[in-house]
Amino acid sequence: MSAPAADSTATDPAYEQRLAAFVGTELQPPTPGPDPVNVPMIRHWVEAMELTNPVHLDADAARATGRADVVAPAAMVQAWVMRGYAATVRPTASAGRFQELVDLLAEGGYTSVVATDSDLEILRELVPGDRVSVEEVVEEIGPEKRTGLGVGRFVTTLKTYRDAEGEVVATQRWRTLRFRPQEKPAPAEPTAVRPRPAINRDNAFWFDAAREHRLVVQRCSDCGALRHPPGPMCPECRSLAWDTVTAGGEAVLYSWVVAHHPRHPAFESPYLVAVVELAEGTRLITNLVDLDAADLEVGMPLRLRWLDADPDLTLPVFGPADQED
Amino acid sequence: MSPTSGFSRQAAIAGIGATEFSKDSGRSEWRLACESVLAALADAQIGVEEVDGFALFTMETNPEIAVARALGIPELTFFSRIPHGGGGACAPVQQAALAVASGVADVVVVYRAFNERSGHRFGQGPPSFAYVHNTDQEYRNWINPYGLLTPAAQEAFLARRYMHKYGATSADFGAVSVLSRKYAASNPKAWFYQRPITIEDHQSSPMIADPMRLLDCCQESDGGQALVIVSAERARDLPHRPALISGAAQGVGPQQISMSSYYRDDIDAMPEVELVAQQLWRQAGLGPQEIDAAILYDAFTPMLLLQLEEYGFCERGEAKDLIASGALEIDGRLPVNTHGGQLGEAYIHGVNGIAEAVRLIRGTSVNQPAKSIDNVLVTGGSPVPHSALVLSADH
Repeated sequence: MSAPAADSTATDPAYEQRLAAFVGTELQPPTPGPDPVNVPMIRHWVEAMELTNPVHLDADAARATGRADVVAPAAMVQAWVMRGYAATVRPTASAGRFQELVDLLAEGGYTSVVATDSDLEILRELVPGDRVSVEEVVEEIGPEKRTGLGVGRFVTTLKTYRDAEGEVVATQRWRTLRFRPQEKPAPAEPTAVRPRPAINRDNAFWFDAAREHRLVVQRCSDCGALRHPPGPMCPECRSLAWDTVTAGGEAVLYSWVVAHHPRHPAFESPYLVAVVELAEGTRLITNLVDLDAADLEVGMPLRLRWLDADPDLTLPVFGPADQED
Repeated sequence: MSPTSGFSRQAAIAGIGATEFSKDSGRSEWRLACESVLAALADAQIGVEEVDGFALFTMETNPEIAVARALGIPELTFFSRIPHGGGGACAPVQQAALAVASGVADVVVVYRAFNERSGHRFGQGPPSFAYVHNTDQEYRNWINPYGLLTPAAQEAFLARRYMHKYGATSADFGAVSVLSRKYAASNPKAWFYQRPITIEDHQSSPMIADPMRLLDCCQESDGGQALVIVSAERARDLPHRPALISGAAQGVGPQQISMSSYYRDDIDAMPEVELVAQQLWRQAGLGPQEIDAAILYDAFTPMLLLQLEEYGFCERGEAKDLIASGALEIDGRLPVNTHGGQLGEAYIHGVNGIAEAVRLIRGTSVNQPAKSIDNVLVTGGSPVPHSALVLSADH
């Protein structure tokens, strides 16, 4: 028999017993809803759910169906006993047995939850003035199962809704899957990529050359002046004709920044961004690699490297002059 | 010298108004704009229905038509919007002065209103519009892929060169921050009211874009500030002493590339600022020696040093010595950023500084120098296409 895997369904018998002790017990004692059944809340529900049946708001229509007055939508039974938003996000008192069960499930690693189904049985319609209370009992805590979400247990409870006389008006069988979240394998590709250049007719040649690991500088075909960043016209002689020269890769450091904040997911902070002066004479913004910030000096020699940042982006970066790439 | 520009002293800032400055206004930028415009008009005692012009600068998210609609302003005959964000902070006042002096409009309102802290923060990296395939944001192609993403990082290259060339230190930059927080500490409207700092606080603040520390960077703020510009003649009949617009200029320098003009001969000089300075002195018939106080755009402390030099208050490389001499203090030769600047009061993209210059001319700053204030220089951001003003008392 092989050793159990990390997500084994084998479990501790003592733990099973503690879970089993919850079955049949009361998670929530009979608890009255904060407000009686009332027309304003019915109206909100009807509008939000876009219900068209007139029996919920129109007394005449309700009477025409043999009812004494308007009736609350059946599915609203849960709404009358909800504890409200504030109490949900900021529970004040100890949440009691329910929290004990949640804690016990968490002890078994079942820290995630998803609701799977809700079976509602309606025994009578609620009318304005009804006071509804609810109690909840654990019906079943299932054996460990492997699901698409991860290994977990189905927990089924029964909620019983009663009116002021204690008569049952509805029951709700409520099932959730309590599970261990599956650890996702690390993605093969980094999730963040460097900010993209916006390629257009004026600059595409430069990024195309970079993909071939060629650092080019735009050159005026007429007067020979070099220019960077690229542009459509020579600012020296207004010529529209241009070609490129390929830089030899020698440069000196002109200025730099050690970037600490803000953190960008594509960069490991702190990182070095520099202005370098190419031997050809033009400047370039780049990153420095294999260099410590403490060792940088204005004018120090640098040598070109290439960074294939991702399948769509290759950038020239610079390292120490005395090291080959 | 005498004024040579046709619009010099023909128009004045007659009203200033602002919302509170905060880190979370809790209301829309549009509403902040409306509130500040109303406050400025109330300050000037000019009716809303008299407004016939708006002048703005970019990165304003509230179009003049939206503000005009909300305020019930029936007609506008003049509206303009200057590019380049904070560099253009003073340019709308030039637009307003030109419009008023030429008779195109009678009451022009300038405003900046944003939730720059609780909404989109400029310090968090490029906005979504940064990645368009046209020429408007083209410069970003050459910086963003390397992680040069924020104004702080873009300006750090200049700061590094300036330190290298002139021997300025991080503590020299820090002196600006300490002074601004000292002014802010006595300004109830300032975010850093009653919270001065020491140079040790500056030196121990974390690096953001080394060599720039956290306390070299201005705040990020929510708020709105508006100004009302009318003719000098009209302004003389209004309740406050007019702040005459004696100089107002814009400037773009050689091979200007937004905030990343790294391909010029020297990146530690700012030719666009020098160009603005020359125009101002010519228009106003003044020189730096006649400027009594200054509001210098302080998004980042190193730029304040460079501006002192470009505007001729000292020689190149000597700004650190000028600051150390106490010249920028309230009793100094040139009190600077008496409201606490954008480091201390709030970052309202420079427009709150224009309001402080108006208060200095009126004599109502919370940090009003004892000496007479006749001429105040106000500058926009650098090193970007730049703008600045000289406001003058009406003598």
